[in-house]
Order: sequence, then C-alpha cells, then structure tokens
Amino acid sequence: MRIPPRHTQKVAVALLGGATLLTLVVLFFIIFYVLKRGLPVVTGEFLLSDQEDMGRAGGIFPALVGTFILPLLAIAIALPLGVGTTVYLAEYTRENRMTRIIRFGIDCLAGIPSIIFGLFGFVFFTIMLQMGWSLLSGGLTLAIMVLPTIIRTSEEAIKAVPVSYREVSFSLGASRWETVWKVVLPNALPGIVTGVVLSIGRAIGETAAVIFTAGQAMQIPTSLFDSTRTMSVHFYILAREGISMKNAFGTAAVLVLLVLFVNIVAYWLMNRFIAKRS
Amino acid sequence: MAMEMTAGYIETAIKRGLQAIVAALIAFTSGCGRPKASITMAGSTAFEPFAVALSKEYKKIRPDVRITVQGGGSSLGIMTAMYGIAQIGMADLVKLPQEAVGLTATVVARDGIAMVVNVANPVTDITEAQVRDIFNGKLTNWRELGWEDHSITVVSREAGSGTRSSFEKLIGGIVLVKSALVQDSNGSIRETVINDKYSISYLSHGLINQEVRSLSLDGCECTAENIIGGKYKLSRPVFLLTKGEPAGIVKDFIDYMLSHESQEIIHKKGLLPAK
Amino acid sequence: MVERIVKWLLAITAFSALASLLLIALFVFKEGLPFILKTGLSDFLFSSHWDPSHGKFGILAMIVSSLAVTAGALLVGAPLGICGAIFLNEFMPVSVMRIIKPAIELLAGIPSVVFGFIGVTVLAPFIQHNFGGAGLSLLAASLILGIMILPTVISISVDALAAVPNSYRDGALALGATKWQSVHMVTLKAARSGILAGVILGMGRAIGETMAVIMVAGNSVQFPRSPLDSVRTLTSNIALEMNSAIGVHRQALFATGVVLFVVIMILNAIAGVAIRRKIRGK
Repeated sequence: MRIPPRHTQKVAVALLGGATLLTLVVLFFIIFYVLKRGLPVVTGEFLLSDQEDMGRAGGIFPALVGTFILPLLAIAIALPLGVGTTVYLAEYTRENRMTRIIRFGIDCLAGIPSIIFGLFGFVFFTIMLQMGWSLLSGGLTLAIMVLPTIIRTSEEAIKAVPVSYREVSFSLGASRWETVWKVVLPNALPGIVTGVVLSIGRAIGETAAVIFTAGQAMQIPTSLFDSTRTMSVHFYILAREGISMKNAFGTAAVLVLLVLFVNIVAYWLMNRFIAKRS
Repeated sequence: MAMEMTAGYIETAIKRGLQAIVAALIAFTSGCGRPKASITMAGSTAFEPFAVALSKEYKKIRPDVRITVQGGGSSLGIMTAMYGIAQIGMADLVKLPQEAVGLTATVVARDGIAMVVNVANPVTDITEAQVRDIFNGKLTNWRELGWEDHSITVVSREAGSGTRSSFEKLIGGIVLVKSALVQDSNGSIRETVINDKYSISYLSHGLINQEVRSLSLDGCECTAENIIGGKYKLSRPVFLLTKGEPAGIVKDFIDYMLSHESQEIIHKKGLLPAK
Repeated sequence: MVERIVKWLLAITAFSALASLLLIALFVFKEGLPFILKTGLSDFLFSSHWDPSHGKFGILAMIVSSLAVTAGALLVGAPLGICGAIFLNEFMPVSVMRIIKPAIELLAGIPSVVFGFIGVTVLAPFIQHNFGGAGLSLLAASLILGIMILPTVISISVDALAAVPNSYRDGALALGATKWQSVHMVTLKAARSGILAGVILGMGRAIGETMAVIMVAGNSVQFPRSPLDSVRTLTSNIALEMNSAIGVHRQALFATGVVLFVVIMILNAIAGVAIRRKIRGK
C-alpha cells in the first residue's frame, strides 16, 4: 500500500524538527553550562588581579592583557600587508591566471590546521630567529594565520565598490591612488573592518599556535620579547592540569563572552555593509 | 545621511584605534632589544611549579629581574638551553643524554616517582615486576592485583618527558603498551587518574595531592625519607642546565635556588632538597 | 610621480604578504620532503611503527585515526547539520531564521579548548560509565568534533538552500507535490553542491583540529578497533611531540605537516569544483 505523501511529510518534518532541536539544544547547552558555572566566578577582582599559586587562586588579569595585545599585534602586522596586497591586486593589476593561482593559494592557506602554524612559528620564529617565546613570535605567527582572512574580506569589500564610483573619480581628474585612498577604501571600510574583527575573534580563540610561540608565562608583557599568556592558553592549562575548576570555568566564561561579543560586532558590521551596498 | 555619519564615526574610530596601536607598539619597542635582566626557564613539568614559586620569592629580593617559566618537558628544557632560548633548562632525568653533554648541569632538587591510582582503588602495594608487566601490556586486569575484574587503564607521558624516561629506565625493560593513554604533563596525568577509577600511572612525588593515592613499591612507601635514604627505587635528580658556566643574573638566581631558604621552600612543597 | 612610488610600495607590500604565506608552505615542505624522500613514502605512510627513539616513523596508525575521527565527526555533524538547515530554511518562517542563523554562526567562534573541556568533564565520564573503556576515546573525539562543525555545516547549507530560486519550489508545488516532496526531490538536488561544499569545509575543520582532540581522544598510538579505543591523530601527534623533537624526529613532524597540507589542498580543490559547478548553474 502506498503511503500517502501527506503522511511521509509529517514524519519527515517531525524527524527534521527533532534533529534541529537536538542540534540547538546541544550547542546552546554548552554555552549555558560554561556561563552558568563560570559567571559566578567572574568578579571585578577576578578580572583585575594577578594569579596566585599557579592559577589556583587569584585572577586572570595578565591573561586578559595578553588576550588583548597579541591579536592586536597580529592585526597591526596583517592589516597593512593584507589590504595593501588586495589593493594592488584589485586596482593595479588585471584579473588573470596569476591572480587566480594566488587566490587558490590563499584559500589553501586559510585551511591549514593551526598546529602547523604553531610548528612553523616555533621552529622558525622562536628557535631559528632566536625570538624565544615572545609577543613578537606569537604576533608574527598569528599575523600569517589571519592574513588570508584579511585578504579575502578586503577583496570582497573592494570589489563590491561599484565601478562607477571609480569612473566618476577618474573623470574628475583624480589619480589612481587618490581614487583608491579617497573613494574605494572608505567605501570598502565596513567590509574590511568586518574581516579585521573576524580575525581578532579567531586569534582570541587560538591556542595551539599561541602556546608554542608566545609561551605560557603568566605576566603582563612589557616588551615585544616578553612571553605572555592568552586566556585560551590559560584556560587550557588550568583545565588539563586540574589546577582549579572554579577558575577554569571563570576563564572560560570570560573567553566565551569575549568571543561572542567580537562576533556580534562583526555580524552587525557585515549587516551594515550589506545594507549599504543594496 | 545617517549612514554617512556613522561611516564617518567608524572611520574616526578606526583612525584613533590605529593611532593607539601604533603608540602602544612604539612604547613597547622602546623597551626593545632583549631586556637585560630577564631569565627564561623551560622544561621539566615536575619542577615547573617549584620554579614558579621560587621565582616569585626571588622577585621580592631582586624586583629588577624578570623570570618566566615555561613547561614543555625535560627534552624541551635540554633543547632550548642548547639553543639559548632558555637561559636555564630544567630536566628531571636519571642521567643526562648525549645531547646535553655540552651543558653545565646543577642539581637543584631530588624527586621521587610514585605509582599512583585512583582513590577508589583498594590496592596499596605493587611489585616492580607487576609495574613492568602492566606497562608492557602483559598484566591487563585489576583482578590479578586483588581487585575487581576490570581492565587496567594505563596512562603515560609523552615521549619527551623526563619523568617518563626516568621511569622507564629505572624499571627497565618497558616497551609501552600501544593502548596506553598519553598525557602531556604531570598535572594532566594526575587529572586523568583522578577521573578514571581503573587507571594507573606514574607521577612526580612533588605533585601528589589527596586526590590520588600513591602505591608503595615492593613494600617501600614513596616518602621523602625513603627517597633521601635511597630505599625507594624510583628517584632522580632535577637538573638546571645552562650553556656554559652560569654567570651574572643566572648564577645569582641558581645560587638563590640552592640556598637554604629556597631548599626549605622546595621541601615544604613536596620536592626533595638537593643534598 | 607619487603614483609610481605608491604603485611600487603596494607591489612590495603585496609581494611581502604573498612571500610570507609562501614562506610557511615552503618551510614545511623544505623540512618535510627530504625526510619523506630519505625514509621512503611507503615506510612513512604505510607503517604503523612509530618509535622516534629507535628511528621508526610510521604514521599509518595516526592517518587511520585522523580519518576515523573525521569520519565520525561527519557522521554526527553532517546529517544533523543538513537536517537542521533543511528544517530551518524550508519549514520555518524567515523571521525565525533571522534570529537562529546568526546565533548558530556565533557558536562557530567558540574556542576549541572550551569544547574539549566539555568533552573531558561531561562526555568522557559519560562514555566511561555507560559504554566502558577509558572515556577518552575515538567516540568522544568524534562527538565533540561533530558538534564543533555543526555551525559551519548548518550555515553553509542554509546559504545553499536559500540560493535555490523559489521558482523551483513553486514549480514542484504547482505540479501537486507536497512541501516535503518538493524539498527532497527538487530543492535538495539543486542545492547539492553547496551543501557538499559546506560538509567539505566542516571536514577540513575536523581534520585540522588539535586542542579539543588532544583533550578527549586519549592519544595512544594504535589502530582503533572500536570507537571506545584511545587514538592519536596526525595533528595531536605534532602537538605532543613538537617540544621534544630534534633532527630527524622534527623532520618527521614537518613531513606529517606536508601530508596534512596535501590533504587540505585536495579537499579545497574538490570544494572549489563543487562550488563552481553550482555557480555555473544547474
């Protein structure tokens, strides 16, 4: 007997809905669990005081500073390089086989596992270039990691600027560089900033590459050659060594909130960018 | 209209942000070049907590010296000392390997390696032969040690661990069974044993706490007296490795770590003094 | 005049950026390839004897473990993700989507160590109590990774489904199909390559994951004979041994990096083909 399609539809929708519910429940449970156990630990003191007894007590301030500085350093290096590259490729060269190969290469590098960056950074920056475990070593490694993202989002943003804008600018007598600097880039800015914010989000959550290049010293760095800890690294160490579950959850809660905030900002910016375009 | 205004705000924000970053970087790099008074220690995770504690104490009398401690295992300590990345490498090994021949070694402490099990485990003593068989995979069930009929979860350290190579060398004849779990520091070993009722592993004596139980080896408890007295078999020195003779602030700090007060601190926290 | 200087400056910038990206690829290959050539590809890839202290560098057990963990993650993440995407895009009003999709995409940014932590504290003990073994296992790693790739799979699949023109759906409905029939007979087929690209992207993420896997997989170097066995993936191996690897051992780790590089490149190429087919229009 043929089952009427109405019935298969009911079953299908039920199954699909069930799968969706399961997915959402699991994903949000994880956030909820971390925040529920971690938020009570997060007090002003927790955020602002130094750690004690290898993390068993005290706060996470040095890690907070490290989490702030290291991604910013990476962006400071990657942003000019990335945007400069995109501007050059988009405005000063023609689309050809070369640019397609370059794009493929960049896409590949975007997919490389972060541990490989860690291995590279450790051997090349930390040991061969004698930078030791330092902000410099970590920052350079993170910069290379986020460079593909910056290039890709900048490219999208710059390409989205209508050709007519450029044409009008040229017809008014502006040079190519003037056009880029005064017309193209300002219009592409939200898109570029979105890429920056996404990269910051990625850098904040990065552990494998950071621990092998920036080290794990729980201190506020005062020079580029100082080692420092980011919150992901601190959390990882607290958790796997069972030093303090309480502080581990607290660190995790701050980390999760920070990443969520950064991503919300990126999302909002991207929305504005799309809205502006249309 | 509002769009252009917000775009303007964003642009200013970006500009200000960039200025702040550049300013911060300049502030940093003006403290540039490697700061003279800084020591990096790296290596043994068994000694790591003690190095951190001692460096904190040292900071009280020499606040101008920055000491940072990285972990990573004894092999990392040897390698980074050789390459000059770490001014002091920490290694807890029975005997220093070939590669470390060019380094100057100073004994800062002695440490025992205890066989540890979960607190729910009723077993209290284990023979050397049993340890060998368990880690070789020949002895696989707790039943053979007088407990439940359940398989033994063997937990070990990663390849570069000083604790591991000391353990394997002292027990002798161990080819780690393939199914053994591997963790990458003394702390994570302890954590795994705490969470797994049927596990067994080896742990630096200095890192034992009430959440794990240490077994006596052939009747001999892993205590400070037994280790110092030489009765407990599994013990090894902790070396501080430097490239060449220690000099300057490195020498000062090493001397400090060998001083009476420091050795007291080490002893109080569970490690054994160098003498 | 200024134009020329600017053009040169930008060219140099572009060159340095690309050079640094190239640097990492070249470095990994430079360190890893000689090792592969010296040891022999078959000894490296097809031997499961990994014993660095005795000069043995067979990574077969870890290749199998990486594949097993990834397959497990896809088994968990792909069906759930695709079903979720279908339900959200086809059977839910747009207003719901506007809230849920961003929420799910936000979750893609949660650091992997947090997922690993949940795996160790919640999942592993659960597996141990109910299924046996040590809890730290292939199963635990697959489940955690599956959850981690859900946001990626859902997000890209929803995009793929949303890109299917409504005329397709309307056409099917006009012919008398039920909504579900139009979905699985028409829309899904049309969105096939986009969904595939999403799954491949998730696969890439699963293969490359390190921290979460180190925390929950157990890290034994062995062939997994059951999901409850402890396993070590290629990425975990690099992370665990990096600190102590010098000389040939370190080259072996770079060679592992080469293997991962190649695998990712192949995945990217496949995904690229799939996406290009979709753009060319079906």
